Amino acid sequence: MAPKLPPHHSLQHSSTTATAGGQVHDDHDHHPQPRGIMRWLLTTNHKEIGSLYLIFSLIMFFIGGIFALVVRAELFQPGLNLINPEFFNQMTTMHGLIMVFAAVMPAFTGLANWMIPLQIGAPDMALPRLNNFSFWLLPVAFTLLLSTLLMPGGGPNFGWTFYAPLSTTYAPPSTTFFILSLHIAGVSSILGAINIVATILNMRAPGMRMMDMPLFVWTWLITAFLLIAVMPVLAGVITMMLMDINFGTSFFDAAGGGDPVLFQHLFWFFGHPEVYIMILPAFGIVSAIIPTFARKRLFGYASMVYATASIAVLSFLVWAHHMFVVGLPLAATLFFMYTTMLIAVPTGVKVFNWITTLFRGSITFEVPMLFALAFVVLFTIGGFSGLMLAIAPADFQYHDTYFVVAHFHYVLVPGAVFSIMAAVYYWLPKWTGHYPSEILGKWHFWLSVIGVNLTFFPMHFSGLAGMPRRIPDYALQFADFNLVSSLGAFLFGFSQLIFVWVIIKCVRGGVKAPAKAWDGAEDLEWSVPSPAPLHTFETPPDFKPVQH
Amino acid sequence: MSGGSYYVPATSKWPVLGSLALGVMMIGAGMALVHGNGTIVMSLGLIGVLTVMALWFRDVVMESRQGLYDAQMDRSFRQGMGWFIFSEVMFFAAFFGALFYIRVFALPWLDGEGAKGVAALLWPDFSATWPLMSPPDPSVSGPREVMNPWQLPLVNTLILVASSITLTIAHEGLKESNRTACRNWLIATLALGFVFVIIQGVEYYQAVTHYGITLQAGIYGATFFMLTGFHGLHVIIGVTILAVMLVRILRGHFGGHDHFGFEASCWYWHFVDVVWIGLFLFVYVF
Amino acid sequence: MRKMLALMTGGGTLFGGASLAHANGWNMPVGVTDLSAEIYTLHMTIFWICVVIGIVVFGVMFYSLFKFRRSKGAKSAHFHENTTVEVIWTAVPLLILVGMAVPATATLQKMYDASDAELDVMITGQQWRWRYEYLGEDVAFNSNMSTPRAQITGEEERGEHYLLEVDEPLVLPINRKVRFLLTADDVIHSWWVPDFAVKQDTIPGFINENWVRINEPGIYRGQCAELCGMDHGFMPIVVHAMEEDEFDQWLVERKEAAEAEAMGVDREWEMDELMERGEQVYGSICASCHQADGGGSPPAFPGLAGNQELIDDVDWHIDVVLNGVSGTAMPAFRSNLNPVELAAVVTYSRNAWGNDTGDAVQPAEIVELLE
Ligand code: HEA
Ligand code: HEA
Ligand code: HEC
Ligand code: CUA
Ligand SMILES: [Cu+2]
Repeated sequence: MAPKLPPHHSLQHSSTTATAGGQVHDDHDHHPQPRGIMRWLLTTNHKEIGSLYLIFSLIMFFIGGIFALVVRAELFQPGLNLINPEFFNQMTTMHGLIMVFAAVMPAFTGLANWMIPLQIGAPDMALPRLNNFSFWLLPVAFTLLLSTLLMPGGGPNFGWTFYAPLSTTYAPPSTTFFILSLHIAGVSSILGAINIVATILNMRAPGMRMMDMPLFVWTWLITAFLLIAVMPVLAGVITMMLMDINFGTSFFDAAGGGDPVLFQHLFWFFGHPEVYIMILPAFGIVSAIIPTFARKRLFGYASMVYATASIAVLSFLVWAHHMFVVGLPLAATLFFMYTTMLIAVPTGVKVFNWITTLFRGSITFEVPMLFALAFVVLFTIGGFSGLMLAIAPADFQYHDTYFVVAHFHYVLVPGAVFSIMAAVYYWLPKWTGHYPSEILGKWHFWLSVIGVNLTFFPMHFSGLAGMPRRIPDYALQFADFNLVSSLGAFLFGFSQLIFVWVIIKCVRGGVKAPAKAWDGAEDLEWSVPSPAPLHTFETPPDFKPVQH
Repeated sequence: MSGGSYYVPATSKWPVLGSLALGVMMIGAGMALVHGNGTIVMSLGLIGVLTVMALWFRDVVMESRQGLYDAQMDRSFRQGMGWFIFSEVMFFAAFFGALFYIRVFALPWLDGEGAKGVAALLWPDFSATWPLMSPPDPSVSGPREVMNPWQLPLVNTLILVASSITLTIAHEGLKESNRTACRNWLIATLALGFVFVIIQGVEYYQAVTHYGITLQAGIYGATFFMLTGFHGLHVIIGVTILAVMLVRILRGHFGGHDHFGFEASCWYWHFVDVVWIGLFLFVYVF
Repeated sequence: MRKMLALMTGGGTLFGGASLAHANGWNMPVGVTDLSAEIYTLHMTIFWICVVIGIVVFGVMFYSLFKFRRSKGAKSAHFHENTTVEVIWTAVPLLILVGMAVPATATLQKMYDASDAELDVMITGQQWRWRYEYLGEDVAFNSNMSTPRAQITGEEERGEHYLLEVDEPLVLPINRKVRFLLTADDVIHSWWVPDFAVKQDTIPGFINENWVRINEPGIYRGQCAELCGMDHGFMPIVVHAMEEDEFDQWLVERKEAAEAEAMGVDREWEMDELMERGEQVYGSICASCHQADGGGSPPAFPGLAGNQELIDDVDWHIDVVLNGVSGTAMPAFRSNLNPVELAAVVTYSRNAWGNDTGDAVQPAEIVELLE
């Protein structure tokens, strides 16, 4: 497969390409722009804030990744070889927390910041200052979170799901700081989500109806709704923990009439929608990339929208599938099993629509497309194992084993993370004005695909064979699987250095990209020049819906 | 959608200062709770947060008065506020959810009823009642007595409902550009809000000193104080917002049609009111 | 070298692994109960359904990827909507799911039916051991991991049942329905034996029910499956399933031993006896937190060696051990240990590691306090 560069003709299908400046009410023309670091600290520009989010999340991906590598290094062989169990638990916990809250979520928010205004023809986010606030809360929150590792007694060691009472009565003293840092991160998510909803509902170019919006915008609208609905519940449950720890309440203590399982209900009422928060925007990205490189309109646009909405609605009704073994009453187990299985239906619709989009297209395999295609296959595999987990009697065997770890890494790493990488390759030309290196990109892709499968596929087997999660040492029969996993993890991890290299190279220079960087791309963002000037769409573009 | 141009605010230092202040406040809170020596840091952070909020809102008010905002910006603010209130609703939902779960499932199970009644083996002497006067473990002492809903809580309910009404009248006054009426009814609302907070304070005092209801008094005390406490906090915030609105009315801000700041305060106040109705029913009455 | 080989075979069979899945060590065990076999079948059924769907879906996908490439001159078609296919591919998966839900529901109902058990065993999770109590039989004991530290750190060759061996296994009869009542003293644990397909969380303050009817005698191993703190990975479960008469005999012996110990309550114990018994109890119960040398790991776990408060105040010491310190990790041992054990462990910690108080606490004193 010879790497093929996209055609270079600069095709601008809209006459309303906006340029900066010239607006009557524009304050920024009258004030001098702050320079250097101040520019980034004070900015209200969606593109700059988007970049901040993306850079932040990349750094956190590496930090979370290094924690994972510590875990994998310890598990490379049986025995306690490198670290003690206490620190191992902290690494597992921090890895999960950082990846979920500081890497994947901010990456999607960064993409939303950059692309949603461009895709709906808006000059900026609806509430630009609030937007900056949402971002700057993150470094504060996660500096605090990471600093707990240095506190006496160590950092959080109770898993990213922090079940009480291990996370309350039996937790290290730093837990209070952990809770407070999560509060800050939660405020950031809620405000960011409010901003996105307001932007989408209120700032679309004249003539763009809801059903004309690109799917990335749709999926983010629904994601933002989920965020606003569940982050406050997380805030509530960690507040209860804070009270149990510091003020002697008994929310999670049967002695005073509470119940440890109450914690889990509240946590998973947040936690399950949270995992869809990490996948819906990915669906949107893939729904943009596949049509572009198949040069064919997305099949079943409307059903994609309805499927996304159904997934979101169902996500509120399935939380206890994480709790099949806590001793739910039979009726509850059955209810949650059925609702969980139902999610396969709308998700299937999405998969089928993507594949039908490919069918009779005119397909090329640029790097974003490769990542998107790998997403479809590997996410679906993760979905299948999810469906197996949904079968409650079988989950009694799977639960809290590496089978679950395999499931969620398939949906999260070659799922969410691959979609983010696909998005970065897809939109880098728009951000920087240059194409990312096709050759390096392909190296990155193939090494990642191999690494990811080498890491996470054997986990299905070790899990089925009986290896529990969150253990620093294991019985001898799991040794081979773990060996492979660990090698794969290092391969995958180090391949990500290529990714960083590609990005830096692309920012510095490279093949110049026209406004419409990919010849099959249709959405509004491709009507502004590449790189997109700091201010776009200050006069609304003339949006024409695709003709049916 | 509005045609023409759109207001993109200039760079601003409030967001970044605000997040820094919030960070300081949280670190202070953590130090106070864990090491017992963070009150000063926490207070500095809190002052920082409040100052930033005040200055930030001042900027917004000034921009609004300069006529920089158009109809679209107004809608953004409305939606922002609406969704913010929704998030607050979900925050309270977590605590109500906890309350219902405890009452409907956990306590009956501990008492030997329902699908998981075997749990009663561990607590042979326990009997589930609500309000829970004697928690399963006798070493946790429950409340001695609970509030009579038909005394202070009822008064407070009437006060809050009345305050919602007076606020609506004030709002109508503003819409009809009857600023005197607006001002007077707003003052009445504020007064009611104050009285509510004071009565709540009296009730807390009674709860702690006479009834033995404390945060430590088993799950009843915990849910009671967390729900009423967060609600009380919201009333205080609401009163503060309304006080700012009063100042703005006195300074001649707001027109008959463009007064979203005022309207948002009304939404917030009504939300606080509705939460109280839920509290009154499920924390006090039933 | 052996590792390299393992790696290569591991890697090579990785993707063909699905077909090998029934081979030992790759897949869920069929187990030794009717239910575990049923769950295994259920598991394989959904697995194969997913494989078939996967083949169809990915088949169409890869066909398209090969057939419709631009490099082969493919021109894109223009269709982008079709309600009929959307309805079909909503309905068909739905039907498949219903097909899966039916057997799953049936199995679940059986799993939940713990009625008519012939033996009740109370299982209590503690950081980091299991306690088994044969209800109504006055037999109870703790079960600790017995793998030596030296094997974990690699100073000693690892045994066959590395990390999966205990000092005292749970003993159960075959062919009888045994009901488990599961609870915990501190945090949530989860009692899991794959061969029984029983995995049930133990929730402090609550009791969960589960049950098993074992078909074959043997030794079955499992592990704690819920993160429960530092030594979560070192909390194995071993079940020794015996023929019924063998089990009955075992139970009688255990009962007699328990009675003998109970008799011991009435007599005066010598210091040496108490110290010996105490060291044993301390080693199996207390050392996981307070360390074998009594040094603890402050600040979380206070040291007992040279602990002035402890040396000065015997009543307080006994009270702490009997009733625990609520709100901390220190459990109450009044119902977990018998009076002899309690007296012995207190005596031991008052005299070991240079504490040298000379106090010999008698079981009889403890009995008095327990009343
Ligand atoms: C992006 C994140 C993400 C996504 C998308 C999913 C998707 C799904 N997950 Fe997963 N899940 C997690 C992240 C995610 N999960 C995480 C992080 C955990 C562990 C948390 C922890 O404990 O730490 C977890 C754990 C988890 C459990 C608990 C396991 C346990 O602890 O015992 C369960 C149980 O039901 C489950 C089920 C599902 C299901 C049914 C889906 C479905 O949405 C999948 C639907 C998709 C498909 C089915 C494939 C495509 C469909 C077709 C091709 C149609 C035809 C198919 C059929 C009819 C079969 N997940
Ligand atoms: C989106 C989320 C996400 C992502 C991307 C990942 C990525 C990875 N995870 Fe995952 N993981 C979780 C979410 C995620 N994980 C969650 C939620 C849990 C559950 C936690 C819990 O149980 O509480 C978990 C748990 C978990 C476990 C189980 C731990 C246990 O149960 O004890 C393991 C074990 O192998 C693991 C491995 C990995 C690996 C190898 C990667 C790899 O993809 C990582 C790739 C590595 C890098 C990206 C590192 C790159 C860095 C370098 C190459 C060094 C370069 C150096 C410098 C620049 C200085 N993870
Ligand atoms: C699961 C962990 C754990 C186990 C097992 C445990 N302890 Fe403790 N123990 C603690 C903790 C934590 C404290 C500190 C309580 C506090 O903060 O007051 C403690 C305190 C004590 C004290 C009081 C010391 C002091 O300075 O406060 C004594 C005495 C004691 N334990 C004895 C024992 C004995 C005897 C056993 C075994 C029979 C035992 N402990 C088993 C965790 C444990
Ligand atoms: Cu006990 Cu894990
Ligand atoms: Cu879930």
